[in-house]
Amino acid sequence: MLELLEGSQAVAKAVALTRPDVVCAYPISPQTHIVEALSAMVRDGRLKNCEYINVESEFAAMSVSIGASAAGGRVYTATASQGLLYMAEAVYNAAGLKLPIVMTVANRAIGAPINIWNDQSDSLSQRDSGWLQLFAVDNQEAIDLHVIAYKIAEELSLPVMVCMDGFVLTHASDVVELPTRDQVDQFLPPIVPLEKLDLNNPRSMGMMAGPDVFTETKYLAHQTMIQAHKVIARAAGDFARTVGREAWRPVRVWGPDQEDRPARQGEIAVIGMGSVMGTTQATAIHLWEQGVKTRLITLGSYRPFPARTVREAIGSADRVVVLDRALMVGVGGVLSADVRRSMARMGIPMHSVVAGLGGRSITERSLAKTLRQARAGELGELEFMDLKQDLLSDAAAAVPAPPPVGRVAGSAGRATAGGGAPAPLANAPADQGDPAASGKGGR
Amino acid sequence: MVTASELLARSGFAAGQQVQAIPSFGSERMGAPVVAYTRFSDHKILTREPILNPDAVIVQDPTLLRTMNVFEGLEPGGWAVVNTRESPNEVRQACPGAPAETGRLATVPADDIVREYLGRPIPSAALLGAFAGLTGRITLEALAESIRRLFKGKVAAGNINSANVAYQWVVDHRGQEDQGAPGGIDPVDVERPSTSELPIAVAGVPEMTNA
Repeated sequence: MLELLEGSQAVAKAVALTRPDVVCAYPISPQTHIVEALSAMVRDGRLKNCEYINVESEFAAMSVSIGASAAGGRVYTATASQGLLYMAEAVYNAAGLKLPIVMTVANRAIGAPINIWNDQSDSLSQRDSGWLQLFAVDNQEAIDLHVIAYKIAEELSLPVMVCMDGFVLTHASDVVELPTRDQVDQFLPPIVPLEKLDLNNPRSMGMMAGPDVFTETKYLAHQTMIQAHKVIARAAGDFARTVGREAWRPVRVWGPDQEDRPARQGEIAVIGMGSVMGTTQATAIHLWEQGVKTRLITLGSYRPFPARTVREAIGSADRVVVLDRALMVGVGGVLSADVRRSMARMGIPMHSVVAGLGGRSITERSLAKTLRQARAGELGELEFMDLKQDLLSDAAAAVPAPPPVGRVAGSAGRATAGGGAPAPLANAPADQGDPAASGKGGR
Repeated sequence: MVTASELLARSGFAAGQQVQAIPSFGSERMGAPVVAYTRFSDHKILTREPILNPDAVIVQDPTLLRTMNVFEGLEPGGWAVVNTRESPNEVRQACPGAPAETGRLATVPADDIVREYLGRPIPSAALLGAFAGLTGRITLEALAESIRRLFKGKVAAGNINSANVAYQWVVDHRGQEDQGAPGGIDPVDVERPSTSELPIAVAGVPEMTNA
């Protein structure tokens, strides 16, 4: 049945359908509506046989989740931004202990400066933690993903982050369809833990691993993550069949003319994750009529990273544009680093477009401009979408240049940095003057 | 504000439209201008950008008319509903961005109406009633049904009454571009809830967001 639901309420209902044994979370925007709704369901009996545990912090939330999962329960938690960073130590432990916890990350920027709005810096900062990271494009996918995530987590015995853009999805009301209780029960049987703490059969979990076994432990974790691709694809397919409709997929390749074919010559492959791909789809339809042909590669799975599928989808595209919602300061986009690795030796130019940091709206107009520039060969290797040059020159004027340190390379470097940045050292890395490293925003 | 956007979306959904309601993400603070967006479409809505070129603008706070162009980006031929005792022509004078075309701009003393019929200064439902009267894009029945889904009892009844009165106001004043309500409205004979029994504010007031 189609209904109009706020994203957070929809996710709470989907989580409740998975019959979690324990929900433990600490509130932080923009995730709060989800766990508020779940706590209300536990209190008034709509969610039975579930313990909602209040804690004093995100660190405690993940620690309790680890304990509950180690005891064999199906466990749910949610967080965002600084909350995810605060639990980071325990986040790595959950993966190392192979505990099938599902956690929603309502993607939000990381401070300072404090900013509660959406980008994807938070979950991407945990990309090496050993958790799977699966992204929803819209609230329907967010619903689907929470159910699919438990199937994947419990089959692999690994924790899964379900990532959905904060506010843009969590606080938007959309027309969605929840699976029925029967469908979820059929798709997702009760949890059978790979290992659990048991008073009658005592054992230890999370022992120290010395130099003699640590490498092998990590190697096995790596292999399991690679195996995860198959499990993810199977679970997504099974779910779609169970509910009898389109559902979330680990990679979606789409163009205005046709789905599921790789990019061809004359086309631009556009790669991204999350809600920006919906706006990009709307943009691509208009651009197609104007002769700017794009093929959209929407990554539902970020960890594991579907490198081979991405390579195949890029096909023989003229160029690749990656929409980066998180920045490695001093390096470039986070997602584009993964994409670049997967397209090594393809010989296709790639452009990283850092967009929508800290909640700046990504508009169809700006996307269209960017893609037209890419078509015309005018896009730099690293661009910042809608960069406000006037603010930058104001900032440069307000901050006096520090005294030069060491030998100064010359005045040219200072001029391009706006006069306010420290002068580059003569022995600075060779890519100081490289447009890829310095960025060329605000065209 | 967010509630108005959701009520509008629900009313469109009830009529078989694809809809999307987007609040002004997290920027709600007491007293700060806030904006929320609602989309209607015959097709699946793909985009998630804020609405830059609306077909209709509903203004809850008339003090904004003299501080900013609240009608910025309004499509040619677009509609506007303003919560004010002023006439459409007075609004056009205050804010030159307002629709110039006769019959495209409705003013309605929504604050007066909800004070009378709801007992709380939350004009969302009244403004949507006026929107229904101006545009015909949603029906009063769908609006009433949406209100009943979000509110119960006297709050629901008060909001529905307010919507009906505002609808009638707009219909009665159609084409009267110089007609405002300088002295407020005359109470109409509609059953009113007792204000002392109403619960705490349920909608329209910006909430603080925990960071």
